[in-house]
Amino acid sequence: MSTTTTPAPTPARRGRRRLDASLIVGIALIGVIVIGAILVASVGRNFFSAGNIRDILTGMSVLGFVAIGQTFVILCASLDLSVPYVVSLSSLIAADLMAGNPANIPIAVLAVLAFAVIVGLANGLIVSKLRVNGFIATLGTGLIIKGYLDTNYKGTSGLVPPEFQYIGATGVGPVPISTIIMLAVAVVAAFYLARTRTGNHMFAVGGNEQVARLSGIRTARPLIVAHVLCSVTAALAGLLLASRLGVGSPTVGTQGGYDLLSIAAVVLGGTLLMGGRGSIWGTIGGVAIFAVVDNVMSVMQVNPFLKDVVRGIVIVAAVAVYTARVTERRRPRFTASGATDASGGGIARGEGPGGGNAGVGTTAVERSQEEQS
Amino acid sequence: MNADAPMPRSSTSASALEQAEPVLVAEGLEKSFFGVTVLRDVGLTLRPGEVHGLVGENGAGKSTFMKILAGVYERDAGTITLGGQEVSFHHPVEAARAGLATVFQEFNLLPERTVAQNVFLGREPRKGGFVDRKAMVRSTRALLDELGIEGVDPDAPVRTLTVAEQQIVEIVKALSVDARVIQMDEPTAALADHEVELLYAIVRRLQERGVAILYVSHRLKEIFDLCDTITVLKDGALVSTGPASELDTDELVRRMVGRPISAYFPDAEEGTEVGEPRLELRGVGNGYVDGIDLELRAGEIVGVAGLQGSGRTELVEGVFGVVPFTRGEMLLDGKPVRMTSPRQAVKAGVALITEDRKAQGLALNQSVADNALLVIRSVFARRTTAVRRELPGVLSSLEVASRGVDQEVQYLSGGNQQKVVLAKWLATNPRVVLLDEPTRGIDVGAKVAVYKLMRRLAKEGVAILMISSELPEVIGMSDRIIVMHDGRASAELPARSDEATILSAATGTLRVGGEEAL
Repeated sequence: MSTTTTPAPTPARRGRRRLDASLIVGIALIGVIVIGAILVASVGRNFFSAGNIRDILTGMSVLGFVAIGQTFVILCASLDLSVPYVVSLSSLIAADLMAGNPANIPIAVLAVLAFAVIVGLANGLIVSKLRVNGFIATLGTGLIIKGYLDTNYKGTSGLVPPEFQYIGATGVGPVPISTIIMLAVAVVAAFYLARTRTGNHMFAVGGNEQVARLSGIRTARPLIVAHVLCSVTAALAGLLLASRLGVGSPTVGTQGGYDLLSIAAVVLGGTLLMGGRGSIWGTIGGVAIFAVVDNVMSVMQVNPFLKDVVRGIVIVAAVAVYTARVTERRRPRFTASGATDASGGGIARGEGPGGGNAGVGTTAVERSQEEQS
Repeated sequence: MNADAPMPRSSTSASALEQAEPVLVAEGLEKSFFGVTVLRDVGLTLRPGEVHGLVGENGAGKSTFMKILAGVYERDAGTITLGGQEVSFHHPVEAARAGLATVFQEFNLLPERTVAQNVFLGREPRKGGFVDRKAMVRSTRALLDELGIEGVDPDAPVRTLTVAEQQIVEIVKALSVDARVIQMDEPTAALADHEVELLYAIVRRLQERGVAILYVSHRLKEIFDLCDTITVLKDGALVSTGPASELDTDELVRRMVGRPISAYFPDAEEGTEVGEPRLELRGVGNGYVDGIDLELRAGEIVGVAGLQGSGRTELVEGVFGVVPFTRGEMLLDGKPVRMTSPRQAVKAGVALITEDRKAQGLALNQSVADNALLVIRSVFARRTTAVRRELPGVLSSLEVASRGVDQEVQYLSGGNQQKVVLAKWLATNPRVVLLDEPTRGIDVGAKVAVYKLMRRLAKEGVAILMISSELPEVIGMSDRIIVMHDGRASAELPARSDEATILSAATGTLRVGGEEAL
């Protein structure tokens, strides 16, 4: 929480104001780094060596792109499961069109972005206009792309010219170019969420669609934009992978498990899976935690099974922590000993889903009308 | 707004109001739902700086009237003139932008967003194409200052605010569109006493600015404190409109009620006897209620009245083990119990009919039989077959109109759904039945059926605790009435207490022991 110039909240209020989610992620990240550094040191290696830092940052960039896009979608209370296939097909389109010729790079990049926009539009329109749940809608579009990949590609294809491979291979000091680009995209994404109407409205649509609509927001627009942005960042991830591999691959997206890992990173970053609350920087923190954990385990040569076990524990533990924070919806009026809560005795809203707002006021007739309408 | 025209003051005399040009005129509004007329030829006139009280019993059509003005419902007939122009709104936002804003009873706020973001939701100010957050915060703070509000930070997330503060955010939202008319539907329904004062101050500020306010409230004291003019509705029709100074509480109540309320509440069945105490609460409390003493005897129906948020639901949730009591003592049939889960409560012979039927009472896409057997199957599995055999008889005795036990409950009417909920709990042979708003959203026929069932259960020696927001129901059915206020029982009143007494206890102006503070 930043300091405010306004009258300081009452002490009771300040006690209620919980830690900001992205702050928790930051603390968790530092914790993971400290533990990781100790573990790595215990096997006689240096966690903070330039090489190791570069490995971690490289590990962050691809998932970072995908997770940034996924954050938009999840903020809107939707999901995107089509990202791994968008990643794969993007890498193939890029490598095929470039065909080893640097002159083709711009056209290839444009083609990849156009493809991503089309997929994103399809996802967004299906979710907002046909009112299909995001999980199912993107599972469907993902399967369609998968079908195309399976029938048209038997293995890697195309050739990426060295000029484009450069992006994935170099860096400034220990910081890879790809990570710098990813962080730049994160800056733009965070700015977009905070400072554009559509970005603001994503929180509203995800938080409570009814409230958004009653406030005069056209609820389809933020949802469609979020899905388009998600596909575009997945395409950027595809371009980066093509640059690293030098070829396009039909399986690079699914092998990376970017659908579920990106969702996990977003949730790990404190964004509510049910939408309405979250941040890009939380997500980047989530991605970083995964990258550090992976790095530590590979340096320590942990066996692959244990790796996944640790990943699984991290995800579940994170969500459990967040859930504990949001479970209590009503604010108690009395403390355990029976004293009145000093903060004014108000009862928080939400007596129960959909109900509880009628006082002595609402009438049965009026209520039944509401229910029927 | 015109700067050189003198603004009407709160002390404006009726004659001065008469002279001001009306800002809103509604005439001959009619509305019916599914052939049932809920509003018949109702109209009123609002002038700048006027606080206009709209009162009436439950079902009188107040909310429908407001919702037509706000553009939530379309009117069947009549005209609405705002600032001299005839208008027809199709959406609350449309109405708000034209200067007619509504503060609904249900809050339309996003808890995770800040006060400023909520106030400007959907019309965020922009500078150079980007949302101007500083301007948003500045304007919000200016509006708060204008209302004389301190301590609400425009940057605070709404979830950290109290209900009263959230109410203020709603009002600021209405103000931010520069509304000339603000409708408030039960603005104090969820507020504590000291918070009501704040609302008074805000209403008076608005009045000084020349805003016309249509004020709906059940609290007659508020109506007389604040309103210049009072319009009374009854059964969807206009009873009277006139200066508040020409009315007193008795006359107002007479105009609102105007008919005997006992008509459709059945009397206790012959042979009903009040027996041993079934449920005793001695100073119990959880996070939401405190110091509750209650004795509920076999054959008794005790009503629980109170405003929304007063802790009524939390009281029965405590008894049922949903939000267990952490203090005090609870006895069932004379034996002390610590109820820590609903399962334990069901086993002990307690039933809870929840207030939100669709979310908490029924599995909507399951059949009548599945719903009716739900508790039996999960708690008394061995009795499932026997109960299933009796089910058709139970359902027909409750007069459930369904195509059969296999029909999904979502296709039943509200009244029939409620009967299925009742059937579900009757199957457990409860000895203590807790009813939370048992007749909410159901038709009159089904209501009477619920009342008769309550009388029948009482005769069989069941102890019944009934929460209701409808005072006629509380008065018509209860042997005693507990009134809740701010998480405590503010009064225990005898049967047939009048509405005014209950209301004053519910709003905290009448304290335990009956010392009248009005």
